[in-house]
Amino acid sequence: MPQRVAIVGTGQTDHKSHRPDVNQREMINEAVVRALEDCEMTIRDIDAIIIGNMDHFESINYVDTWSVEGSGGVMKPIMKITTGGTTGASVAIAAYYHVASGLFDKVLAIGWEKNSESDTTAAIVTCSDPVWDRFSYSGAIPSLASEASAYMEQYGATQHDAARVAVRDRKNAMNNPHAHLRKPVTIEDVMASPMLAYPVKLGDVCPRTDGACAVVLAADGIAQKVTPRPAWFVASAVRHTYTWFGDSTDYDQGLVSLKNASREAYQKAGIRNPADELDVAELYLPYTYAGLKYIEALDFCAPGHGPRFVADGHTEIDGKIPVNPSGGVISTNCIGATALLRVAEAAIQIMGKGGKRQVHGANLALATGFGGCFWSDVVLLCGDRP
Amino acid sequence: MAHEYENHAPMTMRMETPMPYEWSIGKYGSRFFQEIREKNQFIGIRCPGCGKVYIPPRRVCGPCFKELDELVELPNQGAITAFSIVNYPFIDPNTGIQRPIPYTYGYIRIDGADNIFSHIIDETDENKIKVGMRVRAVFKEKDAMQGHINDIKHFEIVD
Ligand SMILES: [Zn+2]
Repeated sequence: MPQRVAIVGTGQTDHKSHRPDVNQREMINEAVVRALEDCEMTIRDIDAIIIGNMDHFESINYVDTWSVEGSGGVMKPIMKITTGGTTGASVAIAAYYHVASGLFDKVLAIGWEKNSESDTTAAIVTCSDPVWDRFSYSGAIPSLASEASAYMEQYGATQHDAARVAVRDRKNAMNNPHAHLRKPVTIEDVMASPMLAYPVKLGDVCPRTDGACAVVLAADGIAQKVTPRPAWFVASAVRHTYTWFGDSTDYDQGLVSLKNASREAYQKAGIRNPADELDVAELYLPYTYAGLKYIEALDFCAPGHGPRFVADGHTEIDGKIPVNPSGGVISTNCIGATALLRVAEAAIQIMGKGGKRQVHGANLALATGFGGCFWSDVVLLCGDRP
Repeated sequence: MAHEYENHAPMTMRMETPMPYEWSIGKYGSRFFQEIREKNQFIGIRCPGCGKVYIPPRRVCGPCFKELDELVELPNQGAITAFSIVNYPFIDPNTGIQRPIPYTYGYIRIDGADNIFSHIIDETDENKIKVGMRVRAVFKEKDAMQGHINDIKHFEIVD
């Protein structure tokens, strides 16, 4: 029987497009210090550390070893996890496994990225098969644009429908003091922004951000002593599809990895109607069209109904299922930290520490991670000890 | 001492060194390139478990986790399942220099295959390309082929 596990503290940097004032270790350290402060622990209380970022983004391997002065990992068990866009959620899930196993009681999870230090697209292109896919592949945006073009063809969704997702997330970011882009946009702004890869425009996509996030997990019995309202892990699920793009792009089925992962998590948690039962969702939506399509995979609404569901206001902060009160990925994207920020923000909601972005009475929260070749991580957190 | 430098901008250091690699293409992948060089002909491979035909051919079907060995000839044409017109600059990690833009990145379902082939399509006008359009492969001259994915120059729209 695994140990019950809760998130007891979170910390994040104040995200920006460029942080030349700190090197990588120093930026990691900022988030770690904030997470430890949040749960009134010291680094000596931490039994083990999981850390992750994107391969090739900073061109330094073995972050687990070279960052120890920043992470606090000197002479501690520390392990690197990197799974592309899902890295942050995978870091959280690996930390959850560590505590659940009973081998460790207090584990620190860290995700970080200095996007400013490389050509992001060139770095992402290295995730593709060098013989078959790399020649034509051009990074995240066209890959997502291809998905969007197929979704629009299948359901008649429009660029205008997608723009509403940016309007919502960027409006929410105004309430998050840590968010990178804190300036509201209108549908007209998004529609008028430059076309990057049809049908995706500059206003539809996430920014490149320098930032880090750290989360402290603790075992049952310790968690309740550390914080009055821990965010308990109810379920997690990981699904990977093919990494050859031609095998992961059966678009007509929706985002199958997310559908599959969320069904497993809902089943474990006894959730039948996610839109009614979940109080808040922090979703890895790297571009606006994901805000239409991926909520269908999550069963918030039926396939093809995403545009209507968003337009009707159901995902607003006071709607049926508030999505991304933090401002989401469209407002902040320090990639290796991005999915951990989803988990941290879900925990913040349950812990009641959301300040102006707090969803009133949030008790059951969903966080997701999304990775380049259409793979997915899902984490469910709850204020009630499972 | 420190205070007199406090207003100076933080500095960065730049690296632009390319790093060479040499990747194995594999048994059936190599065969694929030989077939297009000799016959301008695509080949795929059928899984004995699920019956799916994959292009390019590979040795294992992921979902079935079975070894494959039944090569099948496929036509050099199919239909566009998704595409995007790439219109922003980035460094190509294969060459170390900026990839020419605009170009159209396309997912193509080759007739007779069950998965999708990714390549480029020589149409960059969004009003002249649609999901579902028929496309055909255009090959390099035989002597210019090198066992590289760009031995297929691009796909062209045929309807
Ligand atoms: Zn099979």
